[in-house]
Amino acid sequence: MGKTIVEKIFDAHRKDEPFTGTHVLSLDVVMCHEITTPIAIADLVWREKDRVFDKTKIKAVIDHVTPAKDTKSAVQAKIMREWAKRHDLPDFFDVGANGVCHALFPEKGFIRPGYTVIMGDSHTCTHGAFGAFAAGVGTTDLEVGILKGVCAFRQPKTIRVNVNGKLGNRVYAKDVMLHIISLLTVNGATDRVIEFHGSTIDAMDMEERMTLSNMAIEAGGTTGICPPDAVTVEYLWTFVKDQYGTKEAAVADFAKWHSDADAVYERVIEVDATKIVPVATFGFKPDMVKPLSEMGEYKVNQVYIGSCTNGRISDLRAAREVVKGTKLAEGVRGILCPATPKIYRQAMDEGIVADFLDAGYCVTNPTCGACLGMSNGVLAPDEACASTTNRNFNGRMGKGGMVHLMSPASAVAAGIAGHLVDPRA
Amino acid sequence: MKKFGGPVLFLDRSDINTDEIIPAKYLTEVEKDALKPFLLEDLKLDGFDPKGDALKKAKIVVTRANFGCGSSREHAPWALEVNDITLVIAENYARIFRQNMFNCGMMAIELSKDAIEAIFALKSVAGLECEVDQAKCELHFKQGGKVLQTEKYSLSEFDSALVDAGGWVEFADKRY
Ligand code: SF4
Repeated sequence: MGKTIVEKIFDAHRKDEPFTGTHVLSLDVVMCHEITTPIAIADLVWREKDRVFDKTKIKAVIDHVTPAKDTKSAVQAKIMREWAKRHDLPDFFDVGANGVCHALFPEKGFIRPGYTVIMGDSHTCTHGAFGAFAAGVGTTDLEVGILKGVCAFRQPKTIRVNVNGKLGNRVYAKDVMLHIISLLTVNGATDRVIEFHGSTIDAMDMEERMTLSNMAIEAGGTTGICPPDAVTVEYLWTFVKDQYGTKEAAVADFAKWHSDADAVYERVIEVDATKIVPVATFGFKPDMVKPLSEMGEYKVNQVYIGSCTNGRISDLRAAREVVKGTKLAEGVRGILCPATPKIYRQAMDEGIVADFLDAGYCVTNPTCGACLGMSNGVLAPDEACASTTNRNFNGRMGKGGMVHLMSPASAVAAGIAGHLVDPRA
Repeated sequence: MKKFGGPVLFLDRSDINTDEIIPAKYLTEVEKDALKPFLLEDLKLDGFDPKGDALKKAKIVVTRANFGCGSSREHAPWALEVNDITLVIAENYARIFRQNMFNCGMMAIELSKDAIEAIFALKSVAGLECEVDQAKCELHFKQGGKVLQTEKYSLSEFDSALVDAGGWVEFADKRY
């Protein structure tokens, strides 16, 4: 019987099976941010076990609320900073070098096909785009990961999603994923891995694949995995060229992390990409999705372009195509938040920042901030935001606020119109 | 090992997410106890008052499907724990939330849709309590001393081991 990508990764990392169906895996990367890590650090200190299993495998960043907005967030940052120093962590990113974790860490080349990755963050599934098993965990799993380099998982089941066909004008990976989530529902992939296949996925660059994988968790998925190929090699080339010599050699090696032709899937879903249109969410669950053309005039008070879903350079370029030479509608606030310092600099060099400033946007430093309603763009009650983030839960961007999830082009178009609108219109 | 059992709080909705269990704005707290007043603060549900007596008294939550979806924040189980709620009963859970519960030595029990429906039928029983017989894996729903309903549950060997050990750190520390 053939194996799926994740079954192969489990086989290569299984350190223990204490009980049937419980797989304790050795970890290649343990990622940490300042919201979920400080309590793990405090607990390790309290247990007199303030150690790290391998400092080169721990990647740490202050990203959720940065620079600190108040004393409490400053204390969290301080705990991270001192911990990173104490353990001499080579990969720690603080103010000036920090960015949204799931944009920053791939950019640094920390993720490779076949890796096992955990982080105290549900959107860790993003890194599945590289053909890795990357799963969000809680603080206790993170703590054990930091100390022992292991994490326990149940036997994974995989849902295969085949997406075929060419995407239409102003239809993006975000529209594809929102469409898939609406098919699966928010509970449809719980405890499952989503494996993406098909000509649409093959044609996507790594940034688009990360947008897809990022939102696997919104359907309950443990991770969203894309088979590693020449596109993956191209993205990682500067980091792997010494190891492989030629791109062909890297592609061939990465292929060991492909599912077998006779792998067993729990479910297979077929998606015709040519039928997907620009969509957005209209409620408090990410599976409440409708075509923007049928949405009606939902008024927006704010536009937010950023986050680990859509704050990368290709997102900013797509948004710029729509924003260039326009102005925000009266009464609409626009916020552009490039996800990392590198993206910020690229956006400046390419004149994207200037175009957004001309349109009336505020450009903020890389941070999570508004995405989870902590800083840099929190909504007031009864306000609505056209947002490129991944979560529209009640109160997510501020108590009483409404978040409409959509692609960067659609969000920018909403800012110009003052209400949700089809970006092709 | 934690203690399980006591008054029941019903949350009659599926897909209750961790932002509703504990809003992100409290995630800058670095002490678990600080979360206590904010449990379920943003949950909008007919008849539910996050400041009400039912929540104050509760030791057990009974809810529908996909409880704890969304963010990985272990602050959600902690917010339950510091309010003395150590057991949740639902059709199913988001993976991370479920693992977080057992990793803290708490229980997230899964029952069939029908069993959950039968328990919800007891919603209006005054003073409803649930007694947990861990040896027999049984939940006894009682009013006064009278057992109104019994449901069997099962835990995987791993989940039971985590409950017995008091959590994943304790388990892993001995073994790895
Ligand atoms: S950008 Fe939003 S979803 Fe992504 S890691 Fe930050 S808070 Fe989480």
